[in-house]
Amino acid sequence: MIVADRKSLEEILGMVADREKLLILGCKGCVTVCNVGGLKEAEVLASTLRIAQKKEGRPVEVSHRVLERQCDNEYVAGLADDVGNYDAVVSMACGVGPQFLSEMYPDQVFFPAVNTTFFGGAVQHGVWEERCAGCGACAIHLFGGLCPIARCAKSLLHGPCGGSANGICEVNKETACIWDAIVKKKMETGRLEDLVAVKPFKDWRTARDGGPRRSIREELVKGTL
Amino acid sequence: MRLSYPANIKIIQVPCTGRVDIVHLLSALEDGADGVYVAGCLEGECHYLEGNYKARRKVVYVKKVLTELGIEPERVAMYNLSSAQGARFAEIANDMVLQIKDLGPTPVR
Repeated sequence: MIVADRKSLEEILGMVADREKLLILGCKGCVTVCNVGGLKEAEVLASTLRIAQKKEGRPVEVSHRVLERQCDNEYVAGLADDVGNYDAVVSMACGVGPQFLSEMYPDQVFFPAVNTTFFGGAVQHGVWEERCAGCGACAIHLFGGLCPIARCAKSLLHGPCGGSANGICEVNKETACIWDAIVKKKMETGRLEDLVAVKPFKDWRTARDGGPRRSIREELVKGTL
Repeated sequence: MRLSYPANIKIIQVPCTGRVDIVHLLSALEDGADGVYVAGCLEGECHYLEGNYKARRKVVYVKKVLTELGIEPERVAMYNLSSAQGARFAEIANDMVLQIKDLGPTPVR
């Protein structure tokens, strides 16, 4: 899923400083799963902003609601009857949400309440880690199921580098050297020789280097599936 | 025991402090309460195993929110006592009221 962190209250308050009537808009997708922008979090942020407004003696008008997803126009359209009732909308979805909203409702202002960080998963309750870089050409099977694009600081395809010490990356003591793990796994499974194979260079055009990407499923577009 | 405690405390009963949510604490403050405290069971003695620990974490979260808003975090507190400690209940109520009186009325009006 897409993982995000909520922006600081200070930053959110700064963004909406000159707006009175606000809607805090959660998303039931990834941000609900990573406990940052679902119904509960939208409710807490709305209450917090109301307290801030009351403290400053300003009129209090902060509502909250949640959309099934903010990355699908059919759900974004559900806001049509309500979106004009506010001075601004604060989206708690990943970066996709405020953009879909801005595209559908050009007359409204949408502020992001979260910083979208990475594609990953929860390794324990409250801890999420990056697992995928969305490079557009998955090759994890070549590396024992561990992705060096997302999990090596240099995205090396032929690591480890000299910065690896005792299984830890030189970039950060909290970061495991994924190449150390890849080599260990290959040794354990008796397939270390796999890493000797010369692989063709990686075509980064399928990643961000090729510009914004688009995925077209003809059968869905044509309605034949 | 006929113990008395300050009349300006409004008690909201919950089956377990694990039911107390961040939004409940914020709502009380939003509606003008000068302070809110959670009276949970003694640590390690929760009938539902960890309801009081969960409540404590929520109180800590709300304290953090209040600090960010420039409001005294002491306006929210967590206490632990058993249902047999009537005297302690009255003592805590008095302590909390004194503490809130020291802080003055809430800036959230």
